[in-house]
Amino acid sequence: MRVNDLIKERILVLDGAMGTMIQRYKLEEEDFRKGHFENHDKPLKGNNDILVLTRPDVIKEIHEEYLKAGADIIETNTFSSTTIAQKDYGLEGYVDKINFEAARIAKEVADKYTKANPEKPRFVAGSIGPTNMAASISPDVNNPGYRSVTFDDLKTAYKDQAKSLIEGGADLLLVETVFDTLNAKAALFGIRELFDEIGCEYPVMISGTITDASGRTLSGQTTEAFLISIGHFPLLSVGLNCALGAKQLHPYLKILDKDAPFYTSAHPNAGLPNEFGEYDQTPDQMGKEIEGFLQEGLLNIIGGCCGTTPDHIKVISELASKYKPRNKDVDEE
Amino acid sequence: MKNRKLALSGLEPLIVSKESNFVNVGERTNVTGSRKFLRLVREGNYDEALSIARDQVEGGAQILDVNMDEGMIDGKEAMVTFLNLIAAEPDICRIPIMIDSSKWEIIEAGLKCVQGKGVVNSISLKEGEEVFIERAKTIRNYGAAVIVMAFDEEGQADSYQRRIDICKRSYDVLVEKVGFPCNDIIFDPNIFPVGTGMEEHRRNAIDFFEATKWIKENLPGALVSGGVSNVSFSFRGNDRVREAIHASFLYHAINHGMDMGIVNPAMLEVYDEIPAELLERVEDVLLDRRDDATERLLEYAESLIDTGGKKVKQEEDWRSDPVEKRLSHSLIKGITDYIDIDIEEARQKIESPLQVIEGPLMDGMNIVGDLFGSGKMFLPQVVKSARVMKKAVAYLIPYIEEEKRRTKVVSKATRVLMATVKGDVHDIGKNIVGVVLSCNNFEVIDMGVMVPTEKILDAAEEHKVDVIGLSGLITPSLDEMVTVAKEMDKRGMTVPLLIGGATTSRIHTAVKIDPEYSGAVIHVLDASRSVPVVSELVSSPEKQAIAKSRYKEECLQLRNDHQKRVKAKDYISLEAARENKFKTNWESVKTVKPRFIERRIEEPSVEVLRKYIDWTPFFSTWMLKGKFPDIFENKVVGVQARQLYDDAQKMLDLFSDEGIVKAKGVTRFFKAGSTNRDEVVLFDEEGKEFERLQFIRQQGRKAEKLPNICLSDFIAPIESNKEDYIGMFAVTAGLGLDGLLEKYEKDHDDYNSIMAKALADRLAEAFAEYLHEKVRREIWGYANEEALDNKQLIKEEYVGIRPAPGYPACPDHTEKGKIFDILKGEEIGIVLTESYAMYPQASVSGYYFSHPNSKYFTTGKISKDQIEDYAERKNYSIEKTEKWLAPVLAYEPK
Repeated sequence: MRVNDLIKERILVLDGAMGTMIQRYKLEEEDFRKGHFENHDKPLKGNNDILVLTRPDVIKEIHEEYLKAGADIIETNTFSSTTIAQKDYGLEGYVDKINFEAARIAKEVADKYTKANPEKPRFVAGSIGPTNMAASISPDVNNPGYRSVTFDDLKTAYKDQAKSLIEGGADLLLVETVFDTLNAKAALFGIRELFDEIGCEYPVMISGTITDASGRTLSGQTTEAFLISIGHFPLLSVGLNCALGAKQLHPYLKILDKDAPFYTSAHPNAGLPNEFGEYDQTPDQMGKEIEGFLQEGLLNIIGGCCGTTPDHIKVISELASKYKPRNKDVDEE
Repeated sequence: MKNRKLALSGLEPLIVSKESNFVNVGERTNVTGSRKFLRLVREGNYDEALSIARDQVEGGAQILDVNMDEGMIDGKEAMVTFLNLIAAEPDICRIPIMIDSSKWEIIEAGLKCVQGKGVVNSISLKEGEEVFIERAKTIRNYGAAVIVMAFDEEGQADSYQRRIDICKRSYDVLVEKVGFPCNDIIFDPNIFPVGTGMEEHRRNAIDFFEATKWIKENLPGALVSGGVSNVSFSFRGNDRVREAIHASFLYHAINHGMDMGIVNPAMLEVYDEIPAELLERVEDVLLDRRDDATERLLEYAESLIDTGGKKVKQEEDWRSDPVEKRLSHSLIKGITDYIDIDIEEARQKIESPLQVIEGPLMDGMNIVGDLFGSGKMFLPQVVKSARVMKKAVAYLIPYIEEEKRRTKVVSKATRVLMATVKGDVHDIGKNIVGVVLSCNNFEVIDMGVMVPTEKILDAAEEHKVDVIGLSGLITPSLDEMVTVAKEMDKRGMTVPLLIGGATTSRIHTAVKIDPEYSGAVIHVLDASRSVPVVSELVSSPEKQAIAKSRYKEECLQLRNDHQKRVKAKDYISLEAARENKFKTNWESVKTVKPRFIERRIEEPSVEVLRKYIDWTPFFSTWMLKGKFPDIFENKVVGVQARQLYDDAQKMLDLFSDEGIVKAKGVTRFFKAGSTNRDEVVLFDEEGKEFERLQFIRQQGRKAEKLPNICLSDFIAPIESNKEDYIGMFAVTAGLGLDGLLEKYEKDHDDYNSIMAKALADRLAEAFAEYLHEKVRREIWGYANEEALDNKQLIKEEYVGIRPAPGYPACPDHTEKGKIFDILKGEEIGIVLTESYAMYPQASVSGYYFSHPNSKYFTTGKISKDQIEDYAERKNYSIEKTEKWLAPVLAYEPK
C-alpha cells in the first residue's frame, strides 16, 4: 500500500529524535572514522550522519527501536548530509554515499518490519535538513545585503541529496526544520528538477520551524506566510517541527489545519529545553499534549523531534491509533 | 488558500479575494518611474533607496514593485542587491515583492532572493508560446504569481478585442499546458494615456474597463492589474489634475473588476473630494463623453497651474517630539535617516557624548530589548535597531575621542572578541553587547555567527584579545560553548570567557562551562552588565587575579548548591568513583621540589597586603551591591560607597602607620604520595611516613568523560615513584585587632568596629592571595624563572590551588587539625576552636597543590559506603564521621 493511500485512512506516526538516541551509545571519535575516515584531517565526532557508513549497526538499531515503538515512517539519518552542511567536516565529497547508504539501511530495516506485518507497511522518509546557511539572512550585521550561500548552491546541494536518497530506496522526501523559507524553496526547486529528470514523482513532506515568541520562522515569516510561500509544490504534507514543544506548537498547527491544502504533520520537541538544554518531558507528559491535537483532528502525521525517544513514539503511536486523521478536503466556506 | 483566491506573502500573508479591497502596489522603487530612486541606485545610496521603499509601505502599499530596468545600471546586480537589502528590513519585506523587469535574467535573479511568494511582472506571448510556457513553468517552480501583459507576437493589445483575445489565449496556455493555478494569474490589459488629443486614444480608458470586466467574467480565478499613472501621462506637471484622473480612473476600473494596480498613493486624490467641476471634466475624458472633453480638461488644468499643484507633504508627526524620544523612535523603528541630526542635537543638549550613549540611546535599546523579550519585536527588527545604534555611536566617536584628549583619560584599548558559536545564527545579544562595549571604548572584534571553535580561538590568539565573549540562543549552543571552553583550556589560554545569550544561565555556566576552563568564566545576564564585568577583568593583573578567583568561587558555590539539589539516585559506588578518578599521565608532569621546604614564617606589612584587597565583597558586607570601582558611579549607592571607601583607607592607614594590626603567616612543604584510598601520605626527610591526609571523593554520577575528582588525585601515587610535594599554610591578619576593637566597643563606635573587622577579613584574604603568589614564585617556585620577570606571564602562570579544609573540595573540617599541628599555628597566633574554627577570625588556612591541572571543585554529596571507608581511615566511629560530614551526606543518617 502506498503512503498516499494509507494517509487517508489513519494518522501516520513518524519516528523520534536520532541525535538523542545516538548520544546513548557514547560514541567516540574512532566510531565516526571506523573503516572510512581513519586518516581524515578533521575531527569527526558529532557528525552523526556519517555513522551510516562507520557504525551502521547503531543507526539500524535505532531505526529498529522506532519501528518497534510503532513508527510508520522512519527518517534517514541524513539531516546534515548536503555538500554545504558537510563542508565544515571536509566530507562534502562523501554525501552521495552517505545519503545512499542511509536510505538503503533504513529501507532494509523498514522492509523487515513490513514483511513481518504487511498490515502495517513501513516507509522511509529521506531527511533533508536546512543546512547551516541561510539564503535570506545575512550573517554580518554590518552588511545586511550579504549572503553566505546562494539559491543556486542550495538548489544543487538539495537536488543531489534527494537523488541519492531516492536511489538508496527512500519512499518519500522530508524537507524539514525549515528556518529560512528561501532555503526550502531552493530544496523544492531542486526536487522538482530531479523529478522532471527521472520522470517520476515521490511524495514530499515539508516541515517548518517556528523559532521564537513572535510565532515566526527565523527568517521572520508567520506560519500563514510560510504556508503560502511553499504552496506551489504539490506536497504530501506540510507541518511544523523542532524549537518548540507540542503545547507551544498548538496555535500554529491550528493555522495549518485551517489553511493548508495538504495533509498536515507535526514532530515537536519533548517540551522546551531546561536550563541545561536538555529535554525532559516524559512520554506521558508529551502524549497528553499531543492527544489534544489529535482530538481536535488537526493532524495526519505525528512524530517527535529533539529529545524524543522510542518510549515517546510508543505513547504517540498508541494515541494516534485512537483518533481519526484530519480531513484536508473539508473547506471552511 | 483552500479557497479560490490569490495568496501572496512577504513575512506576512496577503490574501486577495473577491471580498478584499483594491490592492495597492507601491511603485516608487522603480527606476523607470522615479528619477530619485534611479539616482540613488546609480550612486549606490541604498540606505536612502530603502527609505523610499519604507515610505511606500508606510504609505499603505500592499505589494512592493521593484524595477531596475535602466541602461545606466547593471539591472541584475541592482535587483539582487536591493532585494537582499529589503530582506533585512522586516517592516518593508513584510509585504510581498513584485519583481518587475522586461529582462528575463533580471526576473530570475530576483526570484532567487525572495523567501515569500511574490509576483513576476511580467511575461507575455511577445516572444511566442514556447518561451512563454517555459518561463511560466520556471516561475511556478520558484513559487511566484505572474502578471501577464496583453501582448503577443503581433505587439501590444490596443483595442478591446485584441485585449480579450490575447488574455484568453494566454490563460488557456497557462492553465491547460503549464498547469498554472488560475488564481495566480494576473492580467495587465494595458493602461494607455488619455487626453492626448489623438483620436485613436479616446477609448483607451473605456477599452481597459471593458476588457477588465470581460476577463473577470470569462477567465475564472484570474485577476486584473495595471500601471495607473500612465493614464494621466499627458498631464505631467499638473499634479492636481493627475491626482484627480488617477482617482477617477481607479474608481471606474475597480467597479469593472480591477483587483490591483501600481499607484503612487501620494499622487491620488480621494474620489469623493474631487471638486465637482474637475471630476466632471476628468470623467468626460475617461469615459469619452464629449468630443471636446480633452480641450475642456486642458483649459481647467491651465487655470490651476497658477495656484500651484497641491502638494501635501506628509509631515512625520514623531519629528516634533523631543530629541530623546526621536532617538528612541529611530532605534525602535530602525530608521537611520535622521540619526546624525538627532545625535548632534542630543550631543549639544547633553553634557558629554558618552552620556548620549548611556542615556537616550541605551534607553531606546532597553525598550527594544523589552519588546523583543515579549515577542513584540522579532529578530530582524532588532538587528536593525542595533545598526541604528552603531551609526549613532560612530557619529559620537570623534567627540568621545576629543573628550578623552581633553580630560586626559588615557586608556589602552581593550580587545574583546565576540562570536556566536558554531551551529547558531543568533547574534542579537552579541551585537548589542558588542555595541555597548564599543560605546565604552573597548575594541570589539566581531567574528559573526556560526563560528567554529578553532576559528574563534585562532583569532583570539592572533589578535591577543583580552576577553572572549560567546553567544548563542539555541540549546545546542550550550554544548558548543562547553567545547570552546575545553579547547581554550587545552590551548592553555587564560583570558576571561564571557557567556551570554537567551538559553545560557548562571547555573549552566557554573556547572557545565566553568569546570572546563581554568580561566574566569562569567555569565553575563544582559548587555548592560557587560561593561562593568569587562572593565574589571581587564584592570591590573592583581585585580584580575582577584576577580578571577571571585568568579571561580561564585561558580563553585553555584555548583555546590546545584549538587545539593541532585537526587540520591544519581550516586555511584565509591569503588566506581575511584575507578573514575581524575587521571594524570605522571610521566608528562614536571614536579618541582620546593625551595623552602621547611616551616617558614611570613610577615608582610599591611602596606603590601592592601594592594591585594578585593573590594567588592567589602562593599557587599555593607549591603552595598556593586562591583568595585564602578560602584562609585552607581546613582543609588555611589556616594555612600565612596564615603565608605575613604573611611576604609583611613582605617588601613591606621592599621599600617600605628602598626596596630599585624599579619603573620606560615608555610611548610612535604614530599608526598597518594594512596588508592584517597589519602595523601606525607614523608619526612628520611622518607618515613610522617602523616596521612584524608580526602573525600566526588560520588555523583558524572556525564561522559568527566572524572569523580578527589584532591588526592592531584598528588602522584606512591607506587608511581614520582617525587611529588604538597604544601600547607595558615595566615592571619587579625593580630592586634582585639585591642582596637575593645576601644571602639567601649566608645560604642559600631561603625569603626565593623569597619575594622571587615578590613581585617579582607586583609587575611589578600594575604592568602599574596602568599599563594609568593609560594608559586619563590617559596615553592614551581612557576618557572623566566615567568617571574614577566608580568604578563605571571598572570598566566596561575597554576595550582589552595583549597581549605571545610570548604567544597575537602569538606572535613577536622583535617584542619593536622595542618595546625604541623604548622604550629598557635606560634603565629592562630588557634583552633573545638569546632575547628580559626581564631582570630581574620585567618585563612589550607593546602597547596601544584598539579598543572589542579582545580577547585565541589565534592558534592557522598554515600554511605564512602562514609564507612572514611571512618575507617580516620579511625572515627560512623556516627562521629557522619556528624563532621553532615553537610555532604547524600542520605539521612540514623
